[in-house]
Amino acid sequence: MKYIDEYRDADRARRLAEAIRRTATRGWSIMEICGGQTHAIIRFGIDEALPPSLRLIHGPGCPVCVTPIEIIDKAVALASRPEVIFCSFGDMLRVPGSEKDLLTVKSEGGDVRVVYSPIDAVNLAREHADRQVVFFAIGFETTAPANAMAVTMAAKLALKNFSVLVSHVLVPPAMRAVLDSPLNQVQGFLAAGHVCTITGIDEYRPLAEQYKVPIVVTGFEPLDILQGILMCVKQLEEGRFEVENQYARSVRPEGNRPALRQVRKVFQVVPRKWRGIGEIPQSGLALRPEYGPFDADERFALKQITAEEPAECIAGEVLQGHRKPHDCPAFGIRCSPENPLGAPMVSSEGACAAYYRYRRQKGKRRT
Amino acid sequence: MNDECPEDFQLLCPLPLNDRDTVQLAHGGGGRLMKALIEGMFLSAFARGESSSQPAPAIEAPHDSAIVELDGRRLAFTTDSFVVSPLFFPGGDIGKLAVYGTVNDLAMAGGKPICLSAGFILEEGLSMETLRRVVESMRDAAREVGLRIVTGDTKVVDRGKGDGIFINTSGIGRVPEGIEVAPGRVTPGDAILVSGDLGRHGIAIMSVREGLRFEGAPPSDCASLVGLVEAILAAGADIHCLRDLTRGGLAAALNEIAEHAGVGIELDEAAIPVIEPVAGACELLGLDPLYVANEGRLVAMVPAEAVDEVLQLMQSHPAAVGPATIGLVVSEHPGVVEMRSLLGSGRIIDQLSGEQMPRIC
Repeated sequence: MKYIDEYRDADRARRLAEAIRRTATRGWSIMEICGGQTHAIIRFGIDEALPPSLRLIHGPGCPVCVTPIEIIDKAVALASRPEVIFCSFGDMLRVPGSEKDLLTVKSEGGDVRVVYSPIDAVNLAREHADRQVVFFAIGFETTAPANAMAVTMAAKLALKNFSVLVSHVLVPPAMRAVLDSPLNQVQGFLAAGHVCTITGIDEYRPLAEQYKVPIVVTGFEPLDILQGILMCVKQLEEGRFEVENQYARSVRPEGNRPALRQVRKVFQVVPRKWRGIGEIPQSGLALRPEYGPFDADERFALKQITAEEPAECIAGEVLQGHRKPHDCPAFGIRCSPENPLGAPMVSSEGACAAYYRYRRQKGKRRT
Repeated sequence: MNDECPEDFQLLCPLPLNDRDTVQLAHGGGGRLMKALIEGMFLSAFARGESSSQPAPAIEAPHDSAIVELDGRRLAFTTDSFVVSPLFFPGGDIGKLAVYGTVNDLAMAGGKPICLSAGFILEEGLSMETLRRVVESMRDAAREVGLRIVTGDTKVVDRGKGDGIFINTSGIGRVPEGIEVAPGRVTPGDAILVSGDLGRHGIAIMSVREGLRFEGAPPSDCASLVGLVEAILAAGADIHCLRDLTRGGLAAALNEIAEHAGVGIELDEAAIPVIEPVAGACELLGLDPLYVANEGRLVAMVPAEAVDEVLQLMQSHPAAVGPATIGLVVSEHPGVVEMRSLLGSGRIIDQLSGEQMPRIC
């Protein structure tokens, strides 16, 4: 397949792994931000091809995993209302809230629908004037433009029965939180290529300078990730801390300007809670006041729904890279994709799910 | 566990959702939840406690068909229900599926189909023209396989209580003397063959059901495998086990076989055939073609000495579309399916919990 096969070439992958082995003279810890990268690393066994002294730490870049439990509770409350058609991306349906997940709501008669684009939800609202259509707008900077577009469209159509439950999060503040943590071990980052396709790379420069960490904007195929690691290791070895772009076939330094304009028009930056991590300042997006009528939180008066996560949840430590999934005593025993204790076990991008699917047996052998 | 984990560490993760009180869609998804339902609910009630004078069907070793002995003759017996939406899709319809699905299950036990039953649950308001098209499609499919639909049943439910048509078919087949195709025969050293490329049915259904228009989306692979299996068995080739790849895809079938035969399975990622439009659609949606449904593909466990012959027989049969050897049965890691990736490291091909969910971004 074009644009896929050439980035999965076994010979070139081995040569890159060899180059990394030759370049790394000592141990380094590098965090890949995005859950998609984590899955590729585990799926293709990239970490096993690296020298043992080189550690990959899995980052918080899984939108499903970091959505706070009270937002899931709000989604569950909305989806349970008879007048609501609740639209979500598929991943979110199995994330446990305080009491139940959206799949359970569906089996109890709630109208929960999987959509592939927020525009599908807008169209549902047009087709069902007698129902309230709510779209679950979650994700990083990657999904924000399309969600902003859906709100703009609904405003243009003056739809009275469309709203969004927003829990958008931003990558750079989360990187800052990781670096500020007293437990931080991260020395370099592979930034998320698709996020940077939207945002560009400029907002990463102050991070690299302030914390003196190299940041390599990296793609998602095995060769992308290996090349990103090589670029990051080179910087670390040479004592540089720059923002470099491995994923130039998709990422332009200035990002996608029309998409960014759309996002800024509809959303504003707000503090946001991250599941398992807590509140991070300026780390989320919420609707601007002028789009208030499209805010499900306001329309359905959901502000009073709150839920606290237990402070000791290891999901937070996994999401910040302090622990690996199989360091958790419940991993694979009390916590599995059927009975997830935490969101990272649910999402197809979650670190725990990646370890469970691809490494469970190995985890057991290690015990 | 890892040393870094203090012994008194208490996990307080966000609230477990343990055993479900109600049936979820995922219980029908061909994954682990469905297995738990079958084992915990159905097998525990049906597989034990029958009177000992009855012939014991092979319910303990799950297979696509049960083998029942009757006066020294062996019969394959199976049943399947069909609830596909939409009723008509590129490459097939619910009627074709209802015939092929059941005869394929018979064939996987080495059974030559003799006859089928057909039970219809119809929704009030269904157009007669739609029903006629489905019934004619069933008739044509049965003719093609060379069997008759000999008995049936009809029920009508209130509008809104069904999805147009639900069909159940049961089938009986005769297992010729000397033929034994069953998971219990799988042994380390067997090669693993597939009869064609994977994932067409699931992607075809998704492309119409979800209104996603993939460029060049292929039609469903929905087809009878009876002729293909007969041709292989008639040539005298030794086949240890066959499984048709339906819900849950290749991954579900291999996990079941590995578990029941107590063997390990190793797959070679590069050898697994997936055509480009299917691979592209899977990439886009974050799906793994190993888990996507097929309706006209089988996997065969074949002893090393018979591999070339079986592969040749497949290549010369129209029901096999690009057959390939994709892996090996091993004695290591019993019950676990592993895949060699391009960097040579292994990863587990696990059973899914329910159905695959398209990802966010």
